[in-house]
Amino acid sequence: MTEFIGDLASFSFLRYALLAGVLVSFACGIMGSYVVARRISYIAGAIAHSVLGGMGAARYGEVVFGISWLHPLLGAIVAALLSALVIGLVSLRAREREDTVIGAVWAIGMAVGILFIFKTPGYNENLMSYLFGNILMVSREDLWLTAGLNLLILVTGLVFYRQFLAVCFDEEFVLLRGLKVQAYYLLLLCLIALTVVLLVSVVGIIMVIALLTLPAATASYFSRRLWQMMGLSVIFSVLFTTGGLALSYTPGLPAGATIIIFAGVVYLLVAGISFALGGRRFIA
Amino acid sequence: MSETRFSGPVVELKHVSFAYHGIPVLEDVSLTVDHRDFLSVVGPNGGGKTTILKLILGLIKPTGGTVRLFGAPPEKARHKIGYMPQYTSLDPLFPVSVLDVVLMGRLGRGMSFWRYSRTDRRRAEEALERVELASLRDRPFFQLSGGQFQRVLLARALVSDPDLLLLDEPTSNVDAAIETGLYELLHRLNEKLTVILVTHDLGFVSHYVDRVACVNRRLLTHPTCEITGEMISAIYGSPVQMIRHDDREGTGISHD
Repeated sequence: MTEFIGDLASFSFLRYALLAGVLVSFACGIMGSYVVARRISYIAGAIAHSVLGGMGAARYGEVVFGISWLHPLLGAIVAALLSALVIGLVSLRAREREDTVIGAVWAIGMAVGILFIFKTPGYNENLMSYLFGNILMVSREDLWLTAGLNLLILVTGLVFYRQFLAVCFDEEFVLLRGLKVQAYYLLLLCLIALTVVLLVSVVGIIMVIALLTLPAATASYFSRRLWQMMGLSVIFSVLFTTGGLALSYTPGLPAGATIIIFAGVVYLLVAGISFALGGRRFIA
Repeated sequence: MSETRFSGPVVELKHVSFAYHGIPVLEDVSLTVDHRDFLSVVGPNGGGKTTILKLILGLIKPTGGTVRLFGAPPEKARHKIGYMPQYTSLDPLFPVSVLDVVLMGRLGRGMSFWRYSRTDRRRAEEALERVELASLRDRPFFQLSGGQFQRVLLARALVSDPDLLLLDEPTSNVDAAIETGLYELLHRLNEKLTVILVTHDLGFVSHYVDRVACVNRRLLTHPTCEITGEMISAIYGSPVQMIRHDDREGTGISHD
């Protein structure tokens, strides 16, 4: 830990990693709270896994056709938004088969990604970083992009707070009040999709759901209201990403996995204590 | 209680039928509800009560016939409804306070940008006072009892100043004392607005209700005083024990 703090001054990649973790925590805490409150973490999971398809396809285009602007991140954003819209429309129109479609998007997205990566010439060290994340590889440009996306998610997520809260709590009532429920729900899913893309760079596709939901789920034990849950989960998220990064540094462990284990242990402790006390919540 | 009140019927169903995946749920249902009526819609589960409610709310369209709400198609006029859903349809662990829930009733037409106005908050607090829950405004939803839960949803239905109050199973999961309290509250509200409530619980058909609509694929309405044992068994398809205090000849009406 002391080594980590000492090296922060000398290595810019460590500072970037730390900053990336703190930045994504804002989007993560706010959108993660919507995900946990509305109980749609499986939708976030499907969006996360479909991102591999977009990243693989973009990388393939970049290498094989030499399209230099086709950055894997762009592919990730397109795939995430597309999956969010497909799942959202199905869940709004045909409720009874929602889970099947979520499963299909999840698996098809991964399969498309694997095929593209398989067909992309050269050694694919990228596959591992897509799947498990690599926060230490975050560049200066990545940070700017992260900050921009983050700002977009934050502003939209907060401006429409009342509508999102009401749509998550009681869709039917909000529809009767004359609000465009479908539009708000799809917008919410798109913001969740963008958050997923941000988090992929930190912990990778496979562990995104955990980073998105564990801070919010932990915060839910201490919150009466959604905005309190959001504030607390931002704090938990900062704690988990920076703490995980610092803990992983000296022993040379993968940062993403360490962050998730840290988050998971804290969540299970809080949930366990609550359960042992008869399901109580820790609010004044 | 909007500025100019529509003078025709509040709800008008004309020869309405509805089929779900080819299976008829409602057949040739006609119903007129006038201003300040207090109507209770009763019937067995699966008999079509919820379908009638969804037709009035414009959530589904009839397969035949017409539905009018304040003389207009339901989608155009449903903002005048104060709707109280079944409380089992909501997530009891959702992180919201009592006031948060009531404020949702202020969303919609002419709402302020990005945050609730002072008027919105004042109205929400007034609505909470009407249901006698003002002291619990900051209480999280998951710490409420069944009866409090129902009253929060009633306050949310009232906060938009509706002309019609529509309640779906308002007394499920509450005890008799709370049920009576809720009835008295609805009775007071009925002095100004129209009330329609849907229930499978015939015990709820108290003396406050003017009319009862019995739904089991078809619909028959009766003044409350004419409910008889024969009618109940006709609706529910099995004999129901019932003590008749006023067993006079000529008042018994049977279905079909």
